[in-house]
Amino acid sequence: MSIDQFKYSRIPPEAEALRGEVREFLADALKDYPAIRRADSWMGFDAEFSRRLGARGWVGMALPKRYGGSDASPFARYVVIEELLAAGAPVSAHWFSDRQSGPQILHFGTDAQRDRHLPAICRGEQYFCIGMSEPNSGSDLASIKTRARREGDKWVVNGQKVWTTNAHRSHYMIALVRTGENSKRQEGLSQFIIDLSLPGITIRPIKDLTGSEHFNEVFLDEVVLDADALIGTEGQGWSQVTAELAFERSGPERFLSSIALIHTLMDAVGRSPDALQAKEVGRLAARLVTLRNMSLSVTAQLAAGENPTWAASCVKDLGAVFEQEIPELAQLLVEIPPTAEGGGDHARVLAYLTQMAPSFSLRGGTREILRGIIARGLGLR
Amino acid sequence: MREIFDSTVERLFVDLVSTEKVLAAETSGWNAELWAAMEASGFGLAAVPEEQGGAGATWADLGGVVRLCGRFGLPLPLPETLLANWLLGVCGQEAQAGPLSFAAGGHLTLADGKVSGVAADVPWGRDVPVLVAITAGEAPTLVLLPVEAAAARTACSNTAAEPRDSFRFETVQPLLSVPLPAGIPADVLLLGGAMLRSAQIAGALQGMLEMTITYANERVQFGKPIGSFQAIQHQIAVLSEHTAASAMGAEAAFAQSAVSLSRLAVASAKVCASEAAGIGASAAHAVHGAIGFTHEHALHLTTRRLWSWRSEFGTLTHWSGELGRALCQGGAALFWPTLVAGNLETQAGASA
Repeated sequence: MSIDQFKYSRIPPEAEALRGEVREFLADALKDYPAIRRADSWMGFDAEFSRRLGARGWVGMALPKRYGGSDASPFARYVVIEELLAAGAPVSAHWFSDRQSGPQILHFGTDAQRDRHLPAICRGEQYFCIGMSEPNSGSDLASIKTRARREGDKWVVNGQKVWTTNAHRSHYMIALVRTGENSKRQEGLSQFIIDLSLPGITIRPIKDLTGSEHFNEVFLDEVVLDADALIGTEGQGWSQVTAELAFERSGPERFLSSIALIHTLMDAVGRSPDALQAKEVGRLAARLVTLRNMSLSVTAQLAAGENPTWAASCVKDLGAVFEQEIPELAQLLVEIPPTAEGGGDHARVLAYLTQMAPSFSLRGGTREILRGIIARGLGLR
Repeated sequence: MREIFDSTVERLFVDLVSTEKVLAAETSGWNAELWAAMEASGFGLAAVPEEQGGAGATWADLGGVVRLCGRFGLPLPLPETLLANWLLGVCGQEAQAGPLSFAAGGHLTLADGKVSGVAADVPWGRDVPVLVAITAGEAPTLVLLPVEAAAARTACSNTAAEPRDSFRFETVQPLLSVPLPAGIPADVLLLGGAMLRSAQIAGALQGMLEMTITYANERVQFGKPIGSFQAIQHQIAVLSEHTAASAMGAEAAFAQSAVSLSRLAVASAKVCASEAAGIGASAAHAVHGAIGFTHEHALHLTTRRLWSWRSEFGTLTHWSGELGRALCQGGAALFWPTLVAGNLETQAGASA
């Protein structure tokens, strides 16, 4: 690790050129889209919208052309996703395919797996969820117990996943499961692409504290998989998962989750803020500008083939603190209490994001796990 | 250019700017020998165009140099000299030899070619022969003032014993006076000062982070290095995140500033750096325990600078307030596009 990893990186002009087109598309596609739904950000599920984006070439765009992508640079993808998130577009349906599953299948998958999944991902039609946590394995992911055993040329999976976002409306799950016993727990794990329509799979949505259903428990009971459900190398699941972490932890979704509330707050404050309102809106802006530059810097490192896990962890932890502070500030700066029903846009969005905020420092690696990773990167043991 | 500058200056500072010298400068004042070495290095003129005898370096080239000044606690106005000479160059004037400083505070007026009023909080004011300032009014004018011509001076120093002096001038003939060119805001010295301090803070935090990691790995309590305790690890992790944020802010501010300084990037950098300075100093002292609170330990050489630099050339409140007013005036729909475009024109810049 090094602080000097954070070099200033401009978005190249050819990627920047996409921005106007994306904004134009969104201005039309979301013209009647209410503020409260924009607050859903990358948890908002709309298959029709995902297909429309796919038709524009904005899903799986970093994938090769032969699989339906555009061979776009990471910066081009960055421009598209940050505009989608800033506008509060409902990107959840294809989000995990675009961010994780597509790249994983490209990097570790066989030709048959790529042909089966990547074109449909790029059309915005095939949705994935990520099966990691289990009832007794949260932050301690290497302790997972869901197991796949070989039977002839098949795999048979038994176990349970939990907190699996979108499992109830995805076609596939890429699951990390145990395939062998090793003295080192991280060995003996493998990844499988599991068709969620197979017999033996039960998916039960778990209501979150707002009453919404985003995440699920997934039960796997003698689920029979073909041999080519294994993705990558048997026993290499852990390193395959961790290789992707810098992508998962450094994107604009790690600091834009509450931007809808900045927008409604500014509407509520109006054009002539008082001193406190001006100070806090400006402070949010300064931090957002800096987080975005940090995130772009990590993107440049990823584009250069480096593995900036340490820097990505910094972005995610600082980003979560930022996203969580927005509701705290918003309720201080204007005399508008949050409302679950009735009330104006700001009151509704404030209520929603105040309640969602605790998840920002849980999903994708808790604050405590990230700070542990950062400390180890600094040479503390 | 950036890499050569960084490595040259780092070598120079490693050789010449020991903690003993930084400490000595706090009590015995100006180190002429050290300044002579800086002058010989030519970095005071780095941002001056080549045709005027400088190196023609851009701010993007110089971000690392200013960070290193902060990291080593250089007890000299090298960053101030860089900025003052840069502004002279922007105004088409010859660079000045010797240490230079500038006044971003106070209130000066120009009447019949003579300057009157107060130049406030001038870094190293007592140690420089001349200072650069901008007079108030309809036509902001860059003036070069001989410090010895001041009618009165108030000696003041910051928490790191760095001189921050104020001078009162009464109808003094400036050494030169030139109207600010179009596009250069009246508060350019405040903006430039904020840019310098944001990089110095980032540099100081980086040095402090390394010092804190080393200490945490060496200090043993309960039979093991304190750096193995999660409570300590997490404090240092937060320190490193804010160090990274301040470094990124400063890098962006320098990279986006050329003939005009980027108001949005500089304000963002100073806000993040000022916040990081307080959080970082607090974490470093917590980890160092009582030894870090002694005069004997070097930690205070950094933390006492952070506690002043964050307030100089506009506090967090000054710059975030300016950002917030401009953004609210634009309305919610322009918030994101403005931040992405990186352009922000404000009332303060137009008419201060």
